[in-house]
Amino acid sequence: MMEIDFSQKLSPWEIVQVARHPGRPLIGDYIQGMCEDFVELHGDRAFGDDRGLIGGFATIGGERVMLLGHRKGKSVEENIHANFGMANPEGYRKALRLMKLAEKYGLPVVALIDTPGAYPGLDAEARGQAEAIARNLTEMAGLRTPFVAVITGEGGSGGALGIAVGDVVLMLQYAIYSVISPEGCASILWRDGKKAPEAAAALKITAESLKKLGIIDEIIAEPKGAAHSDPAKTVESVRKAVLKHLKALKPVAAETLVQRRYDKYAAMGR
Amino acid sequence: MGWYTKPAEKTVCEPSEAIWAVCPACKAYVPRDEWNNDLRVCPRCDHHDRLTCRQRVAQVCDGGSFAEISADVSVRDPLAFQDASGTYAAKARATVEKTGEGEAILTGTATIEGMPVVVGIMDFRFLGGSLASGTGERILLAAEAALAARRPLILFSASGGARMHEGIVSLMQMAKTCAAIARLQQARIPYISVLTDPTTGGVSASYAMVGDINIAEPKALIGFAGRRVIEQTIKQKLPDDFQTAEYLLEHGFLDHIVHRAEMKTFLAKTLRYAAHG
Repeated sequence: MMEIDFSQKLSPWEIVQVARHPGRPLIGDYIQGMCEDFVELHGDRAFGDDRGLIGGFATIGGERVMLLGHRKGKSVEENIHANFGMANPEGYRKALRLMKLAEKYGLPVVALIDTPGAYPGLDAEARGQAEAIARNLTEMAGLRTPFVAVITGEGGSGGALGIAVGDVVLMLQYAIYSVISPEGCASILWRDGKKAPEAAAALKITAESLKKLGIIDEIIAEPKGAAHSDPAKTVESVRKAVLKHLKALKPVAAETLVQRRYDKYAAMGR
Repeated sequence: MGWYTKPAEKTVCEPSEAIWAVCPACKAYVPRDEWNNDLRVCPRCDHHDRLTCRQRVAQVCDGGSFAEISADVSVRDPLAFQDASGTYAAKARATVEKTGEGEAILTGTATIEGMPVVVGIMDFRFLGGSLASGTGERILLAAEAALAARRPLILFSASGGARMHEGIVSLMQMAKTCAAIARLQQARIPYISVLTDPTTGGVSASYAMVGDINIAEPKALIGFAGRRVIEQTIKQKLPDDFQTAEYLLEHGFLDHIVHRAEMKTFLAKTLRYAAHG
């Protein structure tokens, strides 16, 4: 990883490196550090159990929720096991099943987003990666329970959005959220993958830019040397922010939630 | 480039372009009249050539019934985007001038065999039919018009996916358009999605895939990830029919593949069932 001076304002490309840092807290750290209880729920009831996207009942500060999140690994082995946080269609379908279950049980949904993108594989296409994400987007819009989404690391395009249509969308200070990776964008629009730093700047993928654009609602500050320098503190900051929004959304009637969510996304890009 | 490297066939066919069309699939020379009269389908290999949105209107809507809505919704530039080849604003202006359209989708009210509908038709000439804020807004307004008038919505997709030049704002259009479709679902307003060549990326992963009925034209390219990206990821060659309409039908994601000559009849027939209640 490139040398980064955290006493200076980071460039978008530096932020990309930080967002992908292997030492950042991952879903397991959040479950451990932020939840008093977690019961993993497996499977999409149709094909299998995705390991790149997990979910289950969780208790955060006494609040019972349905927790969803992409799973990256700390080691190469863990990453191979979890497919580097790239979910297959069965991952999105499992997430949808759990969202609907949350709605039925009156549990709010908390989604932690950290993925390079939905898995681009032959089998993923055969089983309908596009359909799985599209279905989730459609269903999340009408979900009659509060939904808090947090971009904790990489918000990789449709694979991120597939579990991120929240009533509020929070973002860690050095996380990124983008329609395409800077490398991918550079190789198409600059015809040179090495222009990724330029693309990263042009795409406006940092929390600061996204807040200005009205895409996210709140930035969660990271420790001085970024999340990887103090994972425990980062997890605690996320916990506090999530809890604050859960409490704010709790008394809102389902009808109002859905109407507000519609208005929020309908206004995107206006 | 030296004269000796020029492909010979290009110099041969150039003077006859007014008379002949070349099928992009089988390379057959087809009299241009025949292309235009015959729905732009190759008489030799049945290849369905891409249509402009206005050509599509003429093919599926009753003559003179189409009335555009949202013509005032045009391209926005929320990121003030600029890449190696210049500004997005300039590129968009040139595209508007070239195509005569204001965005990558044309929306309006129309009738099909006398039945009132709201239609949206994407145009691949417009920045690859990409989905961006103006596109998403037009789709949302079309869905809202369908809801208000209780008319079925039909969307024809032709898109390479989300428009990179509007970055995250383009990504959000996937959520926005799906929210609009969700409302139709709730209100039991029929929504038919027609996937034409190509329907990929963010468009396949949003409104195009969640029709009550999903239909496609023969051999249309439909998929989420690009072929090259997949090949690089899994390091193996993909089957020839991968991500074709036929492949998607076989895997259960389409209700029907409909030949262009049958499209209007098929839509009308479906509408009679859909609008039954």
